[in-house]
Amino acid sequence: MDALVSQLFAGLSLGSVLLLAALGLALTFGQMGVINMAHGEFMMAGAYTAYVVQGIVADAGVSLLVSLVVGFLVGGLLGLLLEVTLISRMYRRPLDTLLVTFGVALVLQQAARDVFGAPNVDVRAPAWLSGAVQVLGVGVPKTRLFILALAAVCLAALALVLKLTPLGRRIRATVQNRDLAETSGISTRATDRLTFFVGSGVAGVAGVALTLLGSIGPTLGTNYIVDAFLVVVVGGIGQLKGAAIAALALGLLQASFEYSTTASIAKVLVFVVIVAFLQVRPQGLVSVRSRSLA
Amino acid sequence: MGPQRKAPPLTRPLLRALVVPAAATLALTLAACGARTADEPEADGTGSATGASASCVDTSGDSIKIGFLNSLSGTMAISEQTVRDSLDLAADEINAAGGVLGKQLDVVAEDGASEPTVFAEKAEKLISSDCVAAVFGGWTSSSRKAMLPVFEAKNSLLFYPVQYEGLEASKNIFYTGATTNQQIIPAMDYLKEQGKTKVFLVGSDYVFPRTANKEIVAYAKANGIDIVGEEYAPLGYTDFSTIVTKLKGSGADAVFNTLNGDSNVAFFKEYKNVGLAADTLPVVSVSIAEEEVGGIGVDNVEGQLTAWNYYQTVDSPANEKFVAAFKAKYGDDRVTSDPMEAAYTSLYLWKGMVEKAKSFDVAAIQDAAGGVSFEAPEGTVTVNGENHHIAKTALIGKIGPDGLIHTEWSSKEPIEPDPFLEGYDWAAGLS
Repeated sequence: MDALVSQLFAGLSLGSVLLLAALGLALTFGQMGVINMAHGEFMMAGAYTAYVVQGIVADAGVSLLVSLVVGFLVGGLLGLLLEVTLISRMYRRPLDTLLVTFGVALVLQQAARDVFGAPNVDVRAPAWLSGAVQVLGVGVPKTRLFILALAAVCLAALALVLKLTPLGRRIRATVQNRDLAETSGISTRATDRLTFFVGSGVAGVAGVALTLLGSIGPTLGTNYIVDAFLVVVVGGIGQLKGAAIAALALGLLQASFEYSTTASIAKVLVFVVIVAFLQVRPQGLVSVRSRSLA
Repeated sequence: MGPQRKAPPLTRPLLRALVVPAAATLALTLAACGARTADEPEADGTGSATGASASCVDTSGDSIKIGFLNSLSGTMAISEQTVRDSLDLAADEINAAGGVLGKQLDVVAEDGASEPTVFAEKAEKLISSDCVAAVFGGWTSSSRKAMLPVFEAKNSLLFYPVQYEGLEASKNIFYTGATTNQQIIPAMDYLKEQGKTKVFLVGSDYVFPRTANKEIVAYAKANGIDIVGEEYAPLGYTDFSTIVTKLKGSGADAVFNTLNGDSNVAFFKEYKNVGLAADTLPVVSVSIAEEEVGGIGVDNVEGQLTAWNYYQTVDSPANEKFVAAFKAKYGDDRVTSDPMEAAYTSLYLWKGMVEKAKSFDVAAIQDAAGGVSFEAPEGTVTVNGENHHIAKTALIGKIGPDGLIHTEWSSKEPIEPDPFLEGYDWAAGLS
């Protein structure tokens, strides 16, 4: 029973990490169709932001909260810069976007190495996040609860923005029918930029959260980029709901496979399940119905 | 991709996302290979020709070329840059003291880029086109295994400075890091001495941990220790909640950790957060040195154990000089670690061999190597002429609150290298 509860939790927690990594992609890849290979590097930038902020604000608790905000801005601004300078020139050229953003990812990694040095750096977790709390008789690390909550907050915030705000309506309109949106007076260029800003900002927030679990190094993003794309593809492109379900499902699958086999085998099994699933349902868990001509 | 699209073809971009970078990398590598074979040796023939293939090493001038081959980019750059730094320091010191056989060292530096294939290709370049007398470098076992056939075919010399999984001996490689009987077996001896009977193994999923753990399992069987768990995480894996859950439920009284790189941070953070502690369930690590402690965070690993042959805190005149010189060259905030010391030592050992052989010739050096000794920062080390490893003292250390590692236990004297564990009955059948 203990093992079951703790594995359930491990799965949820892994899922929440995946969700944080994938939420931004769900916007930029899912909604805008941009394959941004540098998404992981925006997470890395967020993580280094946490490191820099902790150098300025000594108190670990305050610096974490400040980092979440600054990390969002840093990730967002990097994304905005990338969108304005490069990606905007190659909408409708997915292969070029992919190569260009892959190159940008390498440049950002090397830049991090040059600025912060090759060795990994560490961010101290605040005292109120160290240790574990008892949930249903099982000790659960507080950092993981925090990340779970953070993922839920980010998901809710993004969902609300998309559903209720004018910006959200413009994004959805642009996704569903760009030409019609444009003729209705929506500036699709401005919408693209804002979407990219928000999506990349969420990657920055994810990076800050990851500092609670692991170390910060130039290649931090590469550990998550493939998983993040998987979540978005399995979830169904264009839907946050799908990404959320997919992230939790993949997290639970990985945790339960890992418990009964080993970490490496579990990864293989998860891939097998994903491939099989996409054979049956190539559009993913949740798909957008659009009236536009493809 | 335009915003208007049907759902079904959407999996294709992902496929491309994976295939295109791979194809691009492949193309670049192939191009580089092509370029490499194009500039085959412009041998000037002044070197002394030996063995199967003629060497083009130029020994006529007042300088001699040597090669440094470490990863300065890619995932291994973090570790290998430190080795390069101490190699540079040793070269500077040797040159300032008059060089080797009166010749100044002329270093040709290359980047192995964390890719075994690049290591092999650059090794070939250093030997055949730069005509270096010896190459120093390599870190991962896969980089060494990739370079081994190159050094054997070209009959040149590689000095490899990192502890590794043993079960190898090439007459063209000198191994100045520890083999298993100088690091892993002493660590197990230490745990046994401490009365530990239930050991949990956790490692990254690649050659070193798998081989090391095979040896540990055999040792444990022969010494009445139970292995209560053996878990591997893929390289770069950062989610250890399941493995730590298994560890917690295993009843272990010690952990033997062969995780690599970033995974250590995630593992120790998880370990600490679920309430495990060094005084009740100590973790012995063989891949965490002074350089890594800062990145993992001292808070996360304070009080944990490590197994190496050198710590910055080793109390010897040679080490005092080494640490002072290193800090003077690279800054006071830098630390020295085992692989750095082994690399530094390797250059001096090569110098000793050349001076004993009175020649830069590979065969002469191989003949002279046995018994060459150096007062290294870690203590006296001596080259074994049979297996080309060196006798070293094993040290178990404890990570202190200052981030440095302090010796807890020592094998007292240098342990003769035994890469194939021929001197241990329980190891029969492992190699």
